[in-house]
Amino acid sequence: MSLELLGGRVLAPYFGNSIYVWGSIITVFMLSLAVGYLLGGRLSLHAPSFRRLALVFMVGGALLLPLTLFAEPLMNWVFERIEDPRYGSLLAASILFVVPTVVLGVISPYSVRLLITETHHSGAVAGTLYFVSTLGSALGTLGTSFYFVLWFEIDTILSMLAVALLGLGAIAALLGRKVAP
Amino acid sequence: MKTGGSLLVVLVATTIGTVDAATIHSERSLYQTILVTRVADQVCLKFSVRSNERNQSCKDLRRPRRLVFGYTRMMLASLLLQPAPERILVVGLGGGSLPTVLSELFPDAAMDVVEIDPAVVRVAKAYFGFTPSTGMHVHEMDARVFGKRAARRGAHYDLILLDAFNGDYIPEHLLTREYLTETRRLLATGGVLAANTFAISALYDHESVTYESVFGRFLNFKMPDSANRVVLVRSGPLPSQDALTMRAKALAKTLAPYGVPIARYPGRMSSARDWDTEVRVLTDQYAPANLLNAPP
Repeated sequence: MSLELLGGRVLAPYFGNSIYVWGSIITVFMLSLAVGYLLGGRLSLHAPSFRRLALVFMVGGALLLPLTLFAEPLMNWVFERIEDPRYGSLLAASILFVVPTVVLGVISPYSVRLLITETHHSGAVAGTLYFVSTLGSALGTLGTSFYFVLWFEIDTILSMLAVALLGLGAIAALLGRKVAP
Repeated sequence: MKTGGSLLVVLVATTIGTVDAATIHSERSLYQTILVTRVADQVCLKFSVRSNERNQSCKDLRRPRRLVFGYTRMMLASLLLQPAPERILVVGLGGGSLPTVLSELFPDAAMDVVEIDPAVVRVAKAYFGFTPSTGMHVHEMDARVFGKRAARRGAHYDLILLDAFNGDYIPEHLLTREYLTETRRLLATGGVLAANTFAISALYDHESVTYESVFGRFLNFKMPDSANRVVLVRSGPLPSQDALTMRAKALAKTLAPYGVPIARYPGRMSSARDWDTEVRVLTDQYAPANLLNAPP
């Protein structure tokens, strides 16, 4: 959610703050998460492990960093080619956010698979995961929109998100060692 | 005079018994709540449902040419720096009073008016008598996108008026160093930019350092009866106080029908820094303008 909010800021200099810019961003995030969930579920079928989950976290984090480096030239490229800011913002949001968001979407279903040990616990585990992930979204939204934008630059916040994901990846890797040495 | 009189009679008849403003139109657009109210002989535009919120634009039905608001009149101080603009850009339509005055003063000028909200354009036409003149083009789009496209076309303007902020919400991407840099590129040699901005809150300091980072020294124009200040910028050296006074004298008669006390303006302009110069410049990376504009 934090990334989604920042997405609006990233696109505004080229495509404005019109309602369709938000429409583009929300569409791209929803579609990417949908694909990520599906992919995460499929991946969890083949030798799931905390080590692989750690890798997903880290790849997700690493994929945020190009946003701080290449967003400007990419948006400029789109701006020069597409006149209509609706399709311009949709294409730019796709180029910028699809890959990292798909990867981040993998995390939830994959984690469900790893944390479930018995079938009759599956609902409780899924419920807890939804709880944690949605709570995280809420806090990310609040923190970003109320405070982070007042204290930090957009690229700094993006880097912080990347570092946080790398940290979570490290935790998952440690868990992996504990669970399956 | 006769039509004015009968109009007044109609108005008095319709507003009799009402002390508060009567809402004659309200709509929720994609971007804001638009209210049109009428008190006695004034029709006003508001972008807020709170009744105590400042009006955005008003029209005096008895004297339709008179500019009701201090800040609207203050924006015309830009003519002291650029008395004969041929290409004009107005960002933010409101009730359309500024474009209307400019098209009356400079009927041969080419004017682009940019307004993000199509509903505002409709309301200006329906309730404020706004009719785009020949040579005027109204663009319903985001000003940042318009500016970027205009720069690519190689467009230049002799006069740019930035009036895109209402009291409730500031489009943050129109208050950054990058946006002002893009806008500076649209100024012709000797071109002038006037921005209607904030005289109070922490935003004043941030905005001032941001303007200075792009344009260098500028004229800061405040009037005692207004919570707004107008930033005046010129591509090229700023005119002297004497030159401003001379121009004000020459313009006084032309601007009299609009109620613009132009002769009083030069004395209210200053290039002195009366803000905290240590605060952060607003950029596309750092633009919490609405949070900074919150009361302390």
